[in-house]
Amino acid sequence: MSKNTPLPASYRWRVASRSVAAIFGGYALAAAWAASMSLWLQQTGMSRVDAVTTATMSSFVVHLCAALWVFAVASTRRAWLGIVLSTALLAALTWLARAGAGGAA
Amino acid sequence: MRPDGKPEGIRQSMSWLHTWTGIVLGWLLYAVFFTGTLSYFLDEVNLWMKPELHASVPGADAAQTAAVALAGMQKLAPAANTWTLEMPNERQTTVSASWRDRNAAAGRAGTKRAELDAATGEKIEARETRGGNFLYRFHFELHAMDRATGRWIVGIATMFMFVAIISGVITHKKIFTDFFTFRPKKGQRSWLDAHNATAVLALPFHIMITFSGLLLLMAMLMPWGAEIAYDGDRQAYNMERRGMVAGAQQQREGEGKEGREGRGGRSRGGAADAAPVDLAAAIGPMMAQARNAWPEHAVGRITVNRPNKPGATVELRAHGSDSLTTRGASERLVFDAATGKIKERPPLPTPSAASAVGNVFASAHMGRFAGPAVRWLLFLSGVVGTAMVATGLVLWVVKRAPERRKLGRTPFGHRVVEVTNIGVITGLALATGAYFWLNRLLPVEMAERAAWEINGFFLAWLAALVHAALRPARSAWKEQCIAIVVLFVLLPIVNPVTGGHGLFTSIPLGQAGIVGFDFAMLAIAALFGWIARHLVRKDRPVAQVVPAPLKEVTP
Repeated sequence: MSKNTPLPASYRWRVASRSVAAIFGGYALAAAWAASMSLWLQQTGMSRVDAVTTATMSSFVVHLCAALWVFAVASTRRAWLGIVLSTALLAALTWLARAGAGGAA
Repeated sequence: MRPDGKPEGIRQSMSWLHTWTGIVLGWLLYAVFFTGTLSYFLDEVNLWMKPELHASVPGADAAQTAAVALAGMQKLAPAANTWTLEMPNERQTTVSASWRDRNAAAGRAGTKRAELDAATGEKIEARETRGGNFLYRFHFELHAMDRATGRWIVGIATMFMFVAIISGVITHKKIFTDFFTFRPKKGQRSWLDAHNATAVLALPFHIMITFSGLLLLMAMLMPWGAEIAYDGDRQAYNMERRGMVAGAQQQREGEGKEGREGRGGRSRGGAADAAPVDLAAAIGPMMAQARNAWPEHAVGRITVNRPNKPGATVELRAHGSDSLTTRGASERLVFDAATGKIKERPPLPTPSAASAVGNVFASAHMGRFAGPAVRWLLFLSGVVGTAMVATGLVLWVVKRAPERRKLGRTPFGHRVVEVTNIGVITGLALATGAYFWLNRLLPVEMAERAAWEINGFFLAWLAALVHAALRPARSAWKEQCIAIVVLFVLLPIVNPVTGGHGLFTSIPLGQAGIVGFDFAMLAIAALFGWIARHLVRKDRPVAQVVPAPLKEVTP
């Protein structure tokens, strides 16, 4: 795409915005996945150490998919929205699992 | 991502992502791939860089070697609490001994080490060098910064690499036809073909090595699961995880094993009578029992707990493991030293599904399980991976050649990428060659010797970068390639001249480790020689041979 015409500033901003969404947003999403799955997999009867290992190993795939999705989706706004909403959902699930565990104990 | 905001397909957006994740961290990834690939020969590099160890040639009888080594330990460290002997094997000529004194500091700090001649049991004084461990460490924690920082930088680069690989796969709809397509001498087209071919050829390796690299660093990169499930006690998680693979991962770590085995010896061994045992005499029958217990495996390690004290035990551990899921755990026999009877036959650990998966990735990444054939396959896959990163970096420059011609000048950014490409791709190989040469040329008694080998590595690297900046790109490539060939092709000759065992000695003696290093050096020389020959023959600017416009690669 590098023609002689300079790239418009708005384009550069969109790229920067998506990069932030992919790198940091994707990491936040993966972290929320690792945390929530570490708790929820225990509900399926998996031991604590295995739940954490499984959740953590798979979180890298989550980060990857998030980064790919951020750059594949049509609009920057939708990219951000998707990352923020799914991170929030997983964070809520984490909170829920903790609250449940706390209530039971 | 298109500047004009027009809609685009998934492949175009992935192509964009692939180019930019690639160039941002490509140089770092090249260095990681290059030094990591050499680390498949870590033991061989360590052995080569201590030529004093080459003269140690074990006899055919392993029991005899064990007896001699134990007699050596009796002279060297009679009062120690534990002795650990790594027996010679196809990658190691000596007996690697380590021991811990009674009030030794915990972990590595309290462990003393020596190399024993496998035939005589005498201690060998080897030159001071970091050896292959420097290259191995560099590949995941860099240098001249604290370990955590280096690991973070490499970890982040690995995450980018993962994105670059998968987006690269999505970019290629014709991924398998591309693999069989090579259009040589067509400038950009050829570079793209080369990049595709190297990427597709070893794709399973690339995905495995990148993902497993992330898993090896995962406790640092992604601690949040452990953090929340263990209420912030990450240590507890790590302990539980390691507990599942009891006995594994000790080969190089040296931590933990003394504690565990030492405890076993103390708690169970109190009843035996007080007369010290002549271990050198007692080891023969034990070795014979081990040979019966595991006929396929040699004895890899001998651990003596409480030598010369009541209740001494001798543990024999099999060399090599049949299983990837246990991360190298192998069978063990524990003998009562006084009676020579088997006291314990600890079962192999059976990991859970989750840790088995993790262990398979870790084993595959490090290749510690691998015999010579698999090790060479991993090494060649690493070479292909290194070439993939390199061709990708070069492609970035070549692709912009038409733009340069149209402008009639070289934009500063393009020149920076071009110079850095040379300084990193051939520069790192030059630095590594210089490192091996310095290992043999610096005086053995020099102060700070090991540090100067490493300083020499970085000085040579810097010189390559400066050279790349001062010369026209094409000449710089050519000259550095030729220099690499000269450095590496001479190493098998430098080796015997400076005290090591050259190929004429090492091949008849069957010293596979030394032979392997020399052949790996010749392989590297051949690879760069092939590139140099190509550059010399077709000595005209790449820009002139760029063919007709390309349709498939417009991002």
